[in-house]
Amino acid sequence: MNAALYHRRRRRSRIVMVLSVAATAFGALWLVLILGTLVWNGAAGLSLAVFAENTPPPGSAGGLANAIVGSVILTIFGIVIGTPIGILAGTWMAEYGRYSPLSTVIRFVNDILLSAPSIVIGLFVYEILVVSMGHFSAWAGGAALAMLVIPVVVRTTEDMLLLVPNTLREAGAAIGAPRWKIIASVGYRAARSGILTGILLAVARITGETAPLLFTALNNQFWSLDPNQPMASLPVTIFQFALSPYADWQQLAWTGALIVTFAVLTLNIVARVLSNLGGSK
Amino acid sequence: MSEAAIATITPTPAVAARSFEAAKDKVSVRDLRFYYGDTLALKGITLALETRKVTAFIGPSGCGKSTLLRVLNRMYDLYPNQRAEGEVMLDGENILSPRQDLNLLRARVGMVFQKPTPFPMSIFDNIAFGIQLYERLPRSEIADRVEAALTRAALWSEVKDKLRASGLSLSGGQQQRLCIARTIAARPEVVLFDEPCSALDPISTSKIEELIDELKSDYTIAIVTHNMQQAARVSDYTAFMYLGELVEFGETAKMFMAPADKRTQDYITGRFG
Repeated sequence: MNAALYHRRRRRSRIVMVLSVAATAFGALWLVLILGTLVWNGAAGLSLAVFAENTPPPGSAGGLANAIVGSVILTIFGIVIGTPIGILAGTWMAEYGRYSPLSTVIRFVNDILLSAPSIVIGLFVYEILVVSMGHFSAWAGGAALAMLVIPVVVRTTEDMLLLVPNTLREAGAAIGAPRWKIIASVGYRAARSGILTGILLAVARITGETAPLLFTALNNQFWSLDPNQPMASLPVTIFQFALSPYADWQQLAWTGALIVTFAVLTLNIVARVLSNLGGSK
Repeated sequence: MSEAAIATITPTPAVAARSFEAAKDKVSVRDLRFYYGDTLALKGITLALETRKVTAFIGPSGCGKSTLLRVLNRMYDLYPNQRAEGEVMLDGENILSPRQDLNLLRARVGMVFQKPTPFPMSIFDNIAFGIQLYERLPRSEIADRVEAALTRAALWSEVKDKLRASGLSLSGGQQQRLCIARTIAARPEVVLFDEPCSALDPISTSKIEELIDELKSDYTIAIVTHNMQQAARVSDYTAFMYLGELVEFGETAKMFMAPADKRTQDYITGRFG
């Protein structure tokens, strides 16, 4: 045995290991710093009023109630519009069009849409909805968010259905089940937790989006549930308040950021748990 | 057979004989060629499956026995670039015809796979699913049919207290019997077994073999197997295939005692394959 060679390799292995650990720690450090800063600055402003009162004019007390509710409504719009389209498209690609060249093209286009800058989507919806309706509205905001939801859901639905073994499809066909019945009763059931995870990830993604809402739902200083009117949302409110010179607005922006971050974090954890449950079955 | 049918065939011996001939073969395959893309996998197969008998397809890997089985319910139709030419008659109708409704065909010709394939649903629903495809029945009758199918598949006593449990919670051998129960619950006429025991332990294997023997009183059965003892134990007729050709086809006992072809003899004595 060549002892010198062995020790040299051992040393090299140590160095690479130290470098990898350092790189991991470097990444984790920033995440901890971001979360720490958020909690440090945001928690100071947390109170019942944040959830109960509307966004205030500068210099007076208030909360984020209209922005939180607006965010929830816009997210629901986005999911309700985007999810069925995404699931149906993903189903076509994985099942009916699996061997069709068209589905390869659609997959490519969908991947582009998946990484499209969200501000471009905001501008697009501004052009086709806001301009033609003549005013900003929650409808337009929901439509913009739906366009972000669709590619995520298409991708996860397709991937999850492709993971369903062909033997299950054959087993369904073998007792005379029609194609749609096999997909609905066997395919979706086997892929359920994966598809749900995809939807939750889509929710997490659009909850924090600012750019697509700037040109569509705009913002609203007041309480409004009217989808034909501009609607407040947490990200846009944070954007506006954080850039303002007023200390109380800045405090609300920190608190809003804390709420959004933890909402997204929770959704991600739930999605992770769900997909693990599905995997171990 | 209905009384009317018996009445029509009893008058003259000639007619009776002809009807018997027609009913003798449930499936008859004539000059079947099968292609995977441009590759010819079955090179003109001609054989028949006798009604309520077990026919085994044996041969080394890649000889086309599973391919032949998958033609009988047109399972290959799920995939592009696979096509069959020739004639496969089921009760006198060519199932290779493009007009053939595939769902109805597969409801008549059931299939059990190599790996157990329970659906991701409860034991009860696994079986009720197939029953409800083509019949609208009251809840109680479905429950009766589920029990009858599970009893027939020798699984009822093991699962009767946990019908709501997932089909995936059963052992491999139980899952395979669940799949058999699911297949017969839909009341097919022909049942195809594609190496049904190759993923199972010896005890489960012998249970499945007993089951196949028991099922042939009602169904026409074809089974693909790698295991020659299994073919000898369960089948009435055996087809030996090699390189996409049918080398020899005949009564199982005769074939194993006195094979006509040298290749058959080499294969069943374990000299290759």
